[in-house]
Amino acid sequence: MTPARRIGVRLRVDPVACDAYGYCAELLPERVTLDEWGYPRVDGTPVDGALVELATRAAAECPRRAVLLERVTVA
Amino acid sequence: MSTMTLACAQRMLPVGPGGRPAPDLAGHLAAHGPLAIPIRNDPGWKAAVRRAVAESGLLGRGGAGFPAAAKWDAIDGGRHRPLVVVNAMEGEPASAKDRVLLGRAPHLVLDGAEVAAAVIGASEIAICVADHNDPAAASIEAAIAERRRAGMSVRRISVRRPPGGYVTGEESSLVSWLSSGRALPFLRTDKSVPVTVGRGPALVHNAETLSQVALIARHGPAWSRGLGTTEAPGSTLVTVTGAVSSPGVLEVELGTPVADIVARAGADTELSAVLLGGYGGAWLDAAQLAVPYAPGPLSAAGASQGVGVIIALPRTSCGVAETARIVRYMAGESVGQCGPCIFGLPAIADDLEQLRSGRADAGVVDRIQMRAGTVEGRGACRHPDGVVRLVRSALVVFAADTLDHARGRPCSGRASPTVLSFPEGAAGARRSA
Repeated sequence: MTPARRIGVRLRVDPVACDAYGYCAELLPERVTLDEWGYPRVDGTPVDGALVELATRAAAECPRRAVLLERVTVA
Repeated sequence: MSTMTLACAQRMLPVGPGGRPAPDLAGHLAAHGPLAIPIRNDPGWKAAVRRAVAESGLLGRGGAGFPAAAKWDAIDGGRHRPLVVVNAMEGEPASAKDRVLLGRAPHLVLDGAEVAAAVIGASEIAICVADHNDPAAASIEAAIAERRRAGMSVRRISVRRPPGGYVTGEESSLVSWLSSGRALPFLRTDKSVPVTVGRGPALVHNAETLSQVALIARHGPAWSRGLGTTEAPGSTLVTVTGAVSSPGVLEVELGTPVADIVARAGADTELSAVLLGGYGGAWLDAAQLAVPYAPGPLSAAGASQGVGVIIALPRTSCGVAETARIVRYMAGESVGQCGPCIFGLPAIADDLEQLRSGRADAGVVDRIQMRAGTVEGRGACRHPDGVVRLVRSALVVFAADTLDHARGRPCSGRASPTVLSFPEGAAGARRSA
């Protein structure tokens, strides 16, 4: 039996675009923390399930459009 | 010591019985022989050159060490005409190999660019020389004019003069400048996708890489592999500076022990360490200098060839102080786009300055380690990563000295004059002079 494969997303931040608004860390603390200067440090482990919506919001609500989402399959 | 083999290779920078060949076309042809590049599309020739470059195992000489043949493959299949970019920016202050190459063997660089252009189907070549480097630009301009008079050029070749600076020669920064006049790196989410200038893909190669291509196209991969090791074939250019009596650019066989390379530049001073790979490189303890100068062994020792720079640090100098100077300079060379670089590099430079002076708080070493981890991998380009590599290696190689500095007993070497060179007017260098 093959394990079920689901669609997930991986977060990435474009550091050139990012201006440290920090909304992404508020929306998705499971994957984003802020460094001592307020810039996001992203855990590249894909999210799935309920967190996908939050990741999508993090990308959509970033004032600098610096949060990039990559669709991936998670086992 | 008498059994020491001198690290000598004379492929790119030959010295004949009559001395160095003249940098003009006659001297070039006498030293290297003719090179036939088909004017019409010749699939057989293209395939043969591609195969030769792949089989030679040529790695890029601009710092990243990416396989040259793979870079050519990535250009294929686009709808727009590609451009060949010769990267002779040489933003690394300690490096002189590219300017020496452009001064002494400009036709070899041009041969390589023409070969690459013919193989990938480019009709244009842009040679990038930093705006402050007039002698190198004049030399390559003269060589281009000579080839035009000899009817050798079928492509448009231009010499472009981007602003000097540590980061300008970074690939994405250079193509940005060529496209828009702004020398700023950008985030590349997929590095297998080639960079572009305008709409066409750009094949960006360091000047030395193209000189190697010119030789491989002439002599083939077996000849190319006649020097070096199986894993690291061929020769390479190295700039040796610091505490040596004859600083300068040497061509060495890959796999030559670092100690031999330093010895060839006249190491008559007792050394404590060498800095390998440039200001974004790594320190190597003097006890480790038997390591072969080649990617594998250097990587195992925590270092890399980087941009081909070896800086000898004398025992009388302080590695902590020298590292602090470099990091201050590198912080000043940030182009100011990415937060972790804008704030992180000056913070690490401040930490190192405190450490150097012996007036640091107890947490300084932990703080440097922590900030190195914070900054690593978080720039659009690898500028901050170079600083991280340098700083981490300093904390290992100068561990005992670091501890003394941290305990408020800085070494006397911190007052020694620097063995490093910084461009005049560089913000970072001025601040920590």
